[in-house]
Amino acid sequence: MNHDRYEDAYIRGILDEVKTIAVVGASANTVRPSYFVVKYLISKGYDVVPVNPGQAGKKIAGVMTAASLADIDRPVDMVDIFRNSDAAKGVVEEALRLNPLPKVIWMQLSVRNDEAARLAEAKGVKVVMNRCPKIEYARLCGEIGWAGVASNVISARKPKLQQGFQRFGINRQQKP
Amino acid sequence: MSDRQPGFSTLAIHAGAAPDAATGARATPIYQTTAFAFDDVDQAAALFGLQAFGNIYTRITNPTTAVLEERVAALEGGTAALAVASGHAAQLGVFHTLLRPGDEFIASNKLYGGSINQFNHSFKSFGWNVVWVDMADEEALKRAVSDKTRAIFTESLANPGGVVTDIEMVAKVARAAGVPLIVDNTLATPYLCRPIEYGADIVVHSLTKFMGGHGNSMGGIIVDGGTFDWIASGRYPMLSEPRPEYQGMVLAETFGNFAFAIACRVLGLRDLGAAISPFNAFLIATGIETLPLRMQKHCDNALAVAQWLEAHDKVEWVRYAGLKSDACHGLAQKYLPKGAGAVFTFGVKGGYEAGVKLVSSTGLLSHVANIGDAKSLIIHPASTTHRQLTDAQKTAAGAGPEVVRLSIGIEDVADIIADLEQALAEI
Ligand SMILES: Cc1ncc(COP(=O)(O)O)c(C=O)c1O
Repeated sequence: MNHDRYEDAYIRGILDEVKTIAVVGASANTVRPSYFVVKYLISKGYDVVPVNPGQAGKKIAGVMTAASLADIDRPVDMVDIFRNSDAAKGVVEEALRLNPLPKVIWMQLSVRNDEAARLAEAKGVKVVMNRCPKIEYARLCGEIGWAGVASNVISARKPKLQQGFQRFGINRQQKP
Repeated sequence: MSDRQPGFSTLAIHAGAAPDAATGARATPIYQTTAFAFDDVDQAAALFGLQAFGNIYTRITNPTTAVLEERVAALEGGTAALAVASGHAAQLGVFHTLLRPGDEFIASNKLYGGSINQFNHSFKSFGWNVVWVDMADEEALKRAVSDKTRAIFTESLANPGGVVTDIEMVAKVARAAGVPLIVDNTLATPYLCRPIEYGADIVVHSLTKFMGGHGNSMGGIIVDGGTFDWIASGRYPMLSEPRPEYQGMVLAETFGNFAFAIACRVLGLRDLGAAISPFNAFLIATGIETLPLRMQKHCDNALAVAQWLEAHDKVEWVRYAGLKSDACHGLAQKYLPKGAGAVFTFGVKGGYEAGVKLVSSTGLLSHVANIGDAKSLIIHPASTTHRQLTDAQKTAAGAGPEVVRLSIGIEDVADIIADLEQALAEI
């Protein structure tokens, strides 16, 4: 598939489908982008597993960190990669050795490795590259607009309120 | 909707404005509140740490203002926007984020007189040094670049001279100099021209004018084009260095291609404080819904009035880029194909005295220091908006003694012409 541009429906489908997300390269530093993503995805109800050998056995944003993908004790639906584009290939190969296979490989903003993407797609694994799941979630649910950021979504359907104040969920639009 | 890219008129009405999540209100609610309750301390901490999206306090964000921001970002083709209290507050916010004391920026010498004042005086006291150039002179622009240059600033269509900037040419110079190009798009509006498409990195507006469109609310906005690589540049520490305000966060790394708008908000607006009122944001966002219709009518009326003035024997000259005789007509056809805006100047025979007499004699056209109202407006810049400038600066800015500025409204054009006709007869 073409990875220059993704339909909103493709991204929405992924964020709707996955439950357990491994974040490879998650940082314990609370001002790093990877920490933000872990924290945000937890707040949206995902079961997040930070993966970072340096932090193995310690908690990041309140959840236990695994040393590697192979060390995770439950099936992983999506592997989110916070490594540079070259290193992404090794992570994808590791992910493709998991049993069961993850449903989705996601590479962060500025991370893209087309060869690794082809390996994953050959095994029926969906791929997203050069995107941030936090930004995509916030864009599709409407929260990102509060920061003045263009969501590129227009809709006559009201956003879906989650429990508490100022929390939107992803299924803003009724399915046709 | 599917992934169809909506058209400009659709965006003007819908961008940013889904039905209200709490009530289903279909018009944008006016969230006239200073503060927003937290669920718990964890949510509060995440919001203060910029880890979650949400509103804390209206000086920083507000859901009504956010609709305006998303709408203008969409119309300009930017990644994000920050609405503030006025056009001048927008300019202050942009330069506060880009400049350190001792830095320079290059600005067109044909700006709105208030911008010339702001750059010459207020900004100098912050140690931000403006270098004026004629943006039509590519060689002079290149010569003005120094190792202290951090930005280039111009208007797409200048107030009041009616000069059209060759944005692509200026953007090329900015790129070669490694600095962002900032375009004040107040007079053109994104309906007529979208500067980011021609290489601008940042767009600012006085929303007070055609965007709001009804002369009822002050406002300004900063639009982030998402095009400038702050990390690679390394010359903009507000974006590329760890920020002590946020425990060492690097904003360009965390917020990617909308980091500039975020920096202007969480460093600039948060500390400088020039927030727009949610009520003004509501009025302006509502005004923008009819921007395409209004702007076309403004332009059509302005062209008719300019053509009529050009043939009048008490008029020395008319400077309107929509006229075939105008020096900027070629640039206008490229950058403003739908119309050359509604603000232009003409020279009245009899100089300063005649100008003063003319503005005192109109009955429909209002004598006010404003532009971009639904009503037609008239002013004599030399005696009002530009009076603080030296004679040389006045002439350079297109505001010499004989100059009268019009902002043509959306009334019946025959009535506008009839009023000018009787007022010219008084001279
Ligand atoms: C081109 C232009 N830029 C900026 C401004 C300043 O905007 P404000 O009056 O909203 O501060 C004006 C106001 O006349 C203007 O015409």
